[in-house]
Amino acid sequence: MRRFPVWSWIWFIIGVLYFFIPLIATVEFSLRMIKDTYSFEAYRVAFQDPQFFRSFGYSLLWATLTIVISLLLVVPTAYWVQLRLPKVRPYVEFVTLMPFVVPAVVLTFGLIRLYGRPPLVLTTTPAALIAGYVVLSLPYMYRSVDSGLRAVDIRTLTEAAQSLGASWGTILKDVVFPNLRVALLSGIFLTFAIVMGEFTFAALLQWPAFGPYMEEIGAMRAYTPQAVSVMSFLITWGSIMLIQWLGRGARGAQVQVGGAR
Amino acid sequence: MAFLDINHAGKTYADTPAVHDFDLHVEKGELVSFLGPSGCGKTTTLRMVAGFEVPSEGTVVLSGQDITNKAPNQRDVGMVFQAYALFPNMTVGNNIGFGLKIAKKPKEETAQRVKEMLELIQMPKLGDRYPYQLSGGQQQRVALARALAIHPQVLLLDEPLSALDAKIRVELRTEIRRIQQRMGITTIYVTHDQEEALSISDRVVVMNAGKMEQVGAPYEIYNYPATPFVAGFVGTLNQLRCTVADAAAGLLEHKGQRLKTAATIERKEGELTLMLRPEQLHLGAIQGENQLTGKVDNVAFLGSIIRILVRVSDAILTLDVLNERGNVLPKMGDTTIVSFPADGSWVLPSS
Repeated sequence: MRRFPVWSWIWFIIGVLYFFIPLIATVEFSLRMIKDTYSFEAYRVAFQDPQFFRSFGYSLLWATLTIVISLLLVVPTAYWVQLRLPKVRPYVEFVTLMPFVVPAVVLTFGLIRLYGRPPLVLTTTPAALIAGYVVLSLPYMYRSVDSGLRAVDIRTLTEAAQSLGASWGTILKDVVFPNLRVALLSGIFLTFAIVMGEFTFAALLQWPAFGPYMEEIGAMRAYTPQAVSVMSFLITWGSIMLIQWLGRGARGAQVQVGGAR
Repeated sequence: MAFLDINHAGKTYADTPAVHDFDLHVEKGELVSFLGPSGCGKTTTLRMVAGFEVPSEGTVVLSGQDITNKAPNQRDVGMVFQAYALFPNMTVGNNIGFGLKIAKKPKEETAQRVKEMLELIQMPKLGDRYPYQLSGGQQQRVALARALAIHPQVLLLDEPLSALDAKIRVELRTEIRRIQQRMGITTIYVTHDQEEALSISDRVVVMNAGKMEQVGAPYEIYNYPATPFVAGFVGTLNQLRCTVADAAAGLLEHKGQRLKTAATIERKEGELTLMLRPEQLHLGAIQGENQLTGKVDNVAFLGSIIRILVRVSDAILTLDVLNERGNVLPKMGDTTIVSFPADGSWVLPSS
C-alpha cells in the first residue's frame, strides 16, 4: 500500500488557505451590510447605482475594441514571423514583453505627452486608451497565438494547403484560425480580464471604466465595493471557465505533427 | 522536350549556392528519385518544382508551360511532406476532399472521389476519423490520397517515409510505387535512403553538395557509378589500393598478390584503387577467379545475409554471404581465401 503523502497535503492545504481566506473574508463582509444578518443588500445597492452599469458597459466596449484590434495586429504578425521571418522572433518577443518592463503609469504619461498636444491629438478620443490596452495585452495575446502556431507546425500546413490550390484567404479561414481556436480564445479572455479590471490607463486618460469606478466607490463606501470586487472575480473566473469549455473537444489541435507512433 | 523540364536550375541563398545547374527532364509517368545526404540540395530542388522556392537561375517547364515564377497554388502539383501535414481540424475525408473543395467541384463528385481515394489507400472505412486517431503510416497514406485527389500533373514526395518505422517504411514504399504506376502519375521522390531510391525508381538522380553527380536507372547507378561520390554513397564498397602491373592485360598487384580486372586501366603504371561490391566477393578459392588471402576480422549475422569482414594485408574487405541453414560460418581469426571474378571489379577513372 502506498504511504499517505502527508507533506504534499499539508502544502496543498496551506496553499488553499492562503488563496481562499481573503476571498471568503471579502464575500462574508460583502454580505453583512444589514446588521446581524446575512443579506445581498450590498449587491442590491451596487446594482441600483446607474454608474455601475455605465462604467461596466464602457469597460465591455473598451475590451471588445481592444480584442478586435489586438487580434488583427497579432495574428498576422505572429503568423508571418513563424512562416517567413523566424529570425525576427526574439525581437518581436522582446517588444511584446515591454508592458512587464515599463509600468503602466509611465506608458500613460508617455502617451499623454506625445499625443496630448498638436500636431496629433489622440487623448481626446478613445484611440489612445485602446492603443494602451492593446500594448498591455500584447504579452498574453502574442504568446497564446505564437504557442498555438508552433503546436501545429503551421508552416508545413500552409504549404500543404498552398499545394492543394488554396489562396491566402482560404488558408487563414480554413487552416490557421480553426487550428488556433484554443490559443485565440485564451488570448481573448486574458485580454478581456485585464481590460475589465484596468485602472491606470482609464483613470489618467479620464475615460469611464470599471476599474476607476471600483476605486471611487471604494473610497466612499464600505460594503458595496466588496460586493463589486466579488462580482469582478466572478467575471474573471467565468471567462476562464468559458475558455476551458470552448476548448474542450479540440484535441485535434493538440495532435503531434510528424514523428512515428 | 519532356513532360517536366528542369532547365539548368540553380538556387543561391545569400551568396551560398544550395543547388547548382540542375538539369533534368522527366517523362510522363516516370518516377525519379533525388538521392543524397542531407544538405545536398535535393529538397531545395523539389521545392523549386513545387513553387515554394524561386530558382535564382534556370527554368521549370511543366507540360510545355513555364511555371518558374508561378505561385504554388497555381501549379497543379501535389505534394506529400515528411511531417504528413494533415489538417488536424478536419476528418480524413475532408482532408482528402480539401483540394477539390478549393477547386469548387460539385459535392457529389467530391464525395465520389474521396471514396475512390480511400479505397486506393486501403482505408475505406476510416473517412470519419481525425488525423490524431491514425498511426503514422495511415496518416501518410491519407496525405498521399489528399495530394492525388486533385489529379495533379506531378506528384512530389519529400522524404515521405523518414518519420516511420522500418517495417512500415518498406510496406509503404511498395504501396506508393503500386499507386504511382496504377495512376501513371509523374513523380519526384526525395530521399536520403539509397535502398528506398533504388527499389522504387525508374531513374535516380544522385546529388552531392548542390550538384547532380549521376542520373540513371537504379541498376546503372549501383553497378556503374560515374563518380567516386556515387560509388561510395550508394551501397557498400570495398576499395583496394593496387599498383599497375600490366595495363593492357588488366593485371594489377596488391601486396604481391596478382589480380586481374576486366575494367579498362587508363594509366600505364603507379597506384590506383580497385572497387569491389561485397556481393561479388566469395569465401574460399574459386578456380579461374582472383584470389586474396586474409584473416577473418568480424562476422555479423544480418538475417538474410551474413556480412563478413576480412583483413587482407592493411585493407579490410567486406563480403556478403547469403544465409542458408546449412552454412558453416567462419570464425574470427580464421585464415581464409577471398575470390572474385575479373569482371566483378572496376577501376574509377582517375580524378
